[in-house]
Amino acid sequence: MSASGSSPLSAGQPAQEGGGAALTPVLTRRWSAPSSWTLASYRSLDGYQALPQALAVEPGRLVELMKASGLRGRGGAGFPTGMKWSFLPQGDGKPHYLVVNADEGEPGTCKDVPYMMADPHALVEGCIITCYAIRAPFCAIYIRGEALHAIRRVTAAVREAREAGFLGRDILGSGFDLEIVVHAGAGAYICGEETALLDSLEGRRGQPRLKPPFPAVAGLYASPTVVNNVETIASVPAIVLGGSDWYRSMGTEKSPGPKIYSLSGHVTRPGQYEAPMGTTLRQLLVSAGGMLDGIPLKFFTPGGSSTPIFTPEHLDVPLSFDDVAAAGSMLGTTALMCFNETVSVPWAVWKWLEFYKHESCGKCTPCREGTGWLVQILRRVVSGAGTPEDLDTLTDAAANIAGRSFCALGDAAATPILSSFKYFRGEYEDLVSGRTPPVIDARQLVGAH
Amino acid sequence: MTQVATPPAAGGTGDGEDRPVPPGHVRLTIDGITVDAPKGELVIRAAERIGIAIPRFCDHPLLDPVGACRQCLVEVEMGGRPMPKPQASCTQTVGDGMVVRTQVTSPVAEKAQRSNLEFLLLNHPLDCPICDKGGECPLQNQTLANGSATSRMHEAKRVFTKPVPVSTEILLDRERCVLCQRCTRFSDQIAGDRFIDLLERGSSQQIGINSDEPFQSYFSGNTIQICPVGALTSTAYRFRSRPFDLVSTGTVCEHCASGCALRTDHRTGVVMRRLAAPDPEVNEEWNCDKGRFGFGYLHEGDRLARPLVRDADGQLQPASWTDAMTAAAQGLARARDDGGVGVLTGGRLTVTDAYAYAKFARVALRTNDVDFRARRHSAEEASFLADRVAGVTPSTGGPTYADLEAAPAVLLVALEPEDESPILFLRLRKAARRGVPVFTVGAVESRGSRKLSATLLPALPGAEADLLADLTADARPVVAGAAAADRNRAGQLLRASGAVVLVGERAAETPGLLTAVGRLADATGARLAWVPRRAGERGALEAGALPGLLPGGRPVTDPAARAHVEQAWGVELPARPGRDTAAMIASVLARAERDERALGLVGPAPSPDLPRPAESPAADDRPAGHGAVGLVERVVETVAGSVSGAVHHLRDLVTGEHEDAAVAPGPQAPAEPGLAGLLLGGVELDDLPDPAAALAAVAATGFVVSLEIRASAVTALADVVLPVAAVTQKSGAFLDWEGRHRPFDAALPTPGVLDDGRVLDTLGVEMDVDLYTQTPVAARADMARAVPPAPAGGTSPGTAPGPADARRGPAGTAPRDGQGFVLVSWRTALDGGRLLDGEPHLAGTARPDVVRLSPRAAELLGVGDGAPVQVHGPSGGTVTLPLQVTAMVDEAVWLPGRIRATPLVALLGAGSGDRVRVRPAAGGEGL
Repeated sequence: MSASGSSPLSAGQPAQEGGGAALTPVLTRRWSAPSSWTLASYRSLDGYQALPQALAVEPGRLVELMKASGLRGRGGAGFPTGMKWSFLPQGDGKPHYLVVNADEGEPGTCKDVPYMMADPHALVEGCIITCYAIRAPFCAIYIRGEALHAIRRVTAAVREAREAGFLGRDILGSGFDLEIVVHAGAGAYICGEETALLDSLEGRRGQPRLKPPFPAVAGLYASPTVVNNVETIASVPAIVLGGSDWYRSMGTEKSPGPKIYSLSGHVTRPGQYEAPMGTTLRQLLVSAGGMLDGIPLKFFTPGGSSTPIFTPEHLDVPLSFDDVAAAGSMLGTTALMCFNETVSVPWAVWKWLEFYKHESCGKCTPCREGTGWLVQILRRVVSGAGTPEDLDTLTDAAANIAGRSFCALGDAAATPILSSFKYFRGEYEDLVSGRTPPVIDARQLVGAH
Repeated sequence: MTQVATPPAAGGTGDGEDRPVPPGHVRLTIDGITVDAPKGELVIRAAERIGIAIPRFCDHPLLDPVGACRQCLVEVEMGGRPMPKPQASCTQTVGDGMVVRTQVTSPVAEKAQRSNLEFLLLNHPLDCPICDKGGECPLQNQTLANGSATSRMHEAKRVFTKPVPVSTEILLDRERCVLCQRCTRFSDQIAGDRFIDLLERGSSQQIGINSDEPFQSYFSGNTIQICPVGALTSTAYRFRSRPFDLVSTGTVCEHCASGCALRTDHRTGVVMRRLAAPDPEVNEEWNCDKGRFGFGYLHEGDRLARPLVRDADGQLQPASWTDAMTAAAQGLARARDDGGVGVLTGGRLTVTDAYAYAKFARVALRTNDVDFRARRHSAEEASFLADRVAGVTPSTGGPTYADLEAAPAVLLVALEPEDESPILFLRLRKAARRGVPVFTVGAVESRGSRKLSATLLPALPGAEADLLADLTADARPVVAGAAAADRNRAGQLLRASGAVVLVGERAAETPGLLTAVGRLADATGARLAWVPRRAGERGALEAGALPGLLPGGRPVTDPAARAHVEQAWGVELPARPGRDTAAMIASVLARAERDERALGLVGPAPSPDLPRPAESPAADDRPAGHGAVGLVERVVETVAGSVSGAVHHLRDLVTGEHEDAAVAPGPQAPAEPGLAGLLLGGVELDDLPDPAAALAAVAATGFVVSLEIRASAVTALADVVLPVAAVTQKSGAFLDWEGRHRPFDAALPTPGVLDDGRVLDTLGVEMDVDLYTQTPVAARADMARAVPPAPAGGTSPGTAPGPADARRGPAGTAPRDGQGFVLVSWRTALDGGRLLDGEPHLAGTARPDVVRLSPRAAELLGVGDGAPVQVHGPSGGTVTLPLQVTAMVDEAVWLPGRIRATPLVALLGAGSGDRVRVRPAAGGEGL
């Protein structure tokens, strides 16, 4: 888990010795406190201090504060949060809603569930402040169904907050009313797509909606809705307390603030490392004790399986939205899956594709049909039955999915193939030419579906 | 829509760019062609207007965009910046300055479309040669045009069990499905029957149904037609034909007064299938399952092929047309001179056929005894039709389908459009989805009204007129409560310009209701339309097939109108109105009773004349041996076996419960001898108000001529049977509920098969009169001579509310007092009518017969959903059906108009508005 649990809300610490990351425990600062998930623990560490301050100002000022802080959405797209809030039409006579996207489900992405386990009240407080800012009387927290532990914990936190008077009618005498509902999803990756999430929340089949209209205009129950990620909303109380200047003292100009980096894979100490935006993997790896057993890094994802892979040459790319994009990938959810030299790239890509095939919602043709087809070809390739033609088909089919599907899931499925061919085409060629042995025995695929 | 289409000018801009952009439009280029498009138009439509067809599967102009199939991707540039990804032209709206490049000019778009086709075909079976859709399949066409000859997929294709019946009439082949969701979107958005939906996800995604709920929609067949592949096929048509072997004819549906344009496809003289033909003003691109699948009756084994004449031994024998015509003409002439011949027609007649009957009655039979209403009817209705319906068409300002979409409110009276005019229902639903408030006066919140989001203005049968009077009153009493609020709102909205009142034919069942409807329309200014159930009724009204109306809907009693028709026809017309259907039947029965009495078979009647309604004692108090009843009982037993419950109604009929028998006295009353003959065309006796009495009357009539398509209950009783053409074999026209002329050609012109007009024309010649109805064209010309042209844009002569309104009783009659529940009933769309014969797959989608009670009534009876409930008629008839608890008036009980193809009145001896008793079939207290 995070390094220090007790540092004050101050700008980043100096870089660790040996070139490690300058850890900035803002969001994770309470994680190692005893029973950190309880109201008592939260209150002892500045919990619910931001709320009265927020309720004392006019809601529009909170929107301005978010804009000034430069906070960008932590769900992967990095859309400026304050701007998203300001899109809600005011005085339209419709109810407004906040929906927290806690349907964390991408391979490698593992920040929101630990967050909700360790510090659910920060999320709840963030929800209250956000709802006040966007004038929403109702908030839904949509949590991935498999994360039952997180669902229980957030549910308990909502109950505690209600009992303490932070939810319900006339919160802290402000006249503001709010209800929060914790909703358990059914475990579909597509429901992390915000419009599919809204449909699912409404009790419909979780498939993405046509945009426009965007959720800010017609979201939950066709009413103006803000959909934000857990980490985004959890950042709100800290920004209210610390102010935008403090927040901007961390991170880069265009990607300010701290970020939870999730290191997984062949790393000595995998886990959550909160550091300023723009920290590099090289720094993070130092903090995490380096690569496991000293075996060198072969490739990594900067932000989950849907982001184009990086290689050791990208170890010094600052992990901020713009820097990663400039280097040809996406920051995504800062899920840094690190693979060492023992890993076959085609094998890893095949495994990811199995996931996307399984999770394709089926709405649009390229993703529904294409993911299944790519998996079939990859199975052949990794089991030694592939042909050179298959490699052309793989790249062509992936290119035919990317940018042609209804939502980003299709892009996500095509990405591992396209990016792995960019850096590791040779590995595929070696497999189909027999220069390297099959990664798996074809018999292992019997019955695969 | 404005469009400027110029070919891409070499080295310059099209001259379209010199013109200002029309207001509300944007200017864009598509493949270099400048187009002005209304704001909000989809790129795919704008392209289509300039002749660029972008391939698509999920897109359908009448369904909301979904963007699922991704076949229509194009490159789009906005404000000089290319969009990073190809856009789906079926979801992308036009923008000013937009540059669109389709597959015609963009290699990116072309490759996107070609690769999408590859994806679609990966798992698509190679069964085009045996697929019903093969030859008319958008996927096949696309593949032929742009597909690859070989597949890059080497694995086995995805397989599913097939076919899966999603209903008795629709089979689903999931392997062929491209998951475009047209069917699910149609069912959800258009029909409101969300019985099919997507199941599973990813490559396992499929269309499916809830295993407990098949695709029981009256409109399900449309999904077959809009399916862009062969995934949904018709049980009846499956593997029957190839599209390229079919001969298609544009026709018009004969099942109801919606007037749908159809395409009838036949092969070697047999109709294989029928499809909805596009007609934006009427049925758009839809029709109902009845119209689509209900043509099996054409090929039933009981089709009449040759004329039949009853021989000396009383047996019907095949005869030549010459002999049959002679026999019919002689018999009719004899009967005419011996008391008269009445003419009863059913609802299947075309305008010109109805005209032939109307003219034949006046010219050959010299009587006004002609009535097209083979159902419950009244004199009040005849006046209403004459005053407010006849002559009204879209061109004279009558309300249209399109007007419904723009109306500030629509009020339904005695009309259940989903059952009684399904395509009217679809248009109302379209209007309702766009926010048009619909109100419905009735006792039951039906499924149809829920799908229209209609506000129920609750009224028991008999009380509707009072409710309408309440809406009519300017200063309504301020009554608290939701019901009053709804009424106030309806009253206000109906006064807004463009409001429409749609009244169904069942309004005739409630005395005073049609008068109240007329007054409501006058008071509010709402436009009024009458919606009969059957295709032929509106046309028959215009043709003069009513006892009091001449062609054009002018009163028989109007000397000027009579003179005009007399001049056109060259004959003298009877000046007094004739008898309506009920009165004709009563007249026949009265004569038969008198004849029997003369022979001493029955006791003396209480009065030589028919008693007035006010004088008639309550039906249940009358002795069982009452004259006509005795006769009927014997006749019924003789010809049709025991028909329980009929007797009670016949008593009502003969003694004037049906006011018309007394209100409209025959020309020779009181000494008239009674009708000696009947000419029946397309009358189904089961449809008449009292089937048993009707059967008895036909049996007792001295001479009966029947013009029929198939053998019916009348056939066995007729003296001469003349076979006539079915709708596929003749040309003609129906008038839909709007009064819109719906002409059609013969799909299967069949030598030797004659339509009613031709048969009557020949029969007329045998009787020394000329009808000039030998062909529909001739009949139409003759009818035009008899009908003065309607003033365009104005109302027709008969539409002004005449003084006639005043002579009909009070504006409303409370439900008949008494104990028990008030019966509410209408005929459902699929109820075993004769036009539905021969199509078991369609019949399988009929809604199950149930009895409906309100939650409170069910609670009082101690029964719940599904429990068997008995309904007892006043004279011993009983019906037992499972209960469906329904939002409805507590005092009402609903039963379908027919149960297992038998009329409710024959089973129960009661109809809508009558009091019945209800009790749990499992035992317990009844109410």
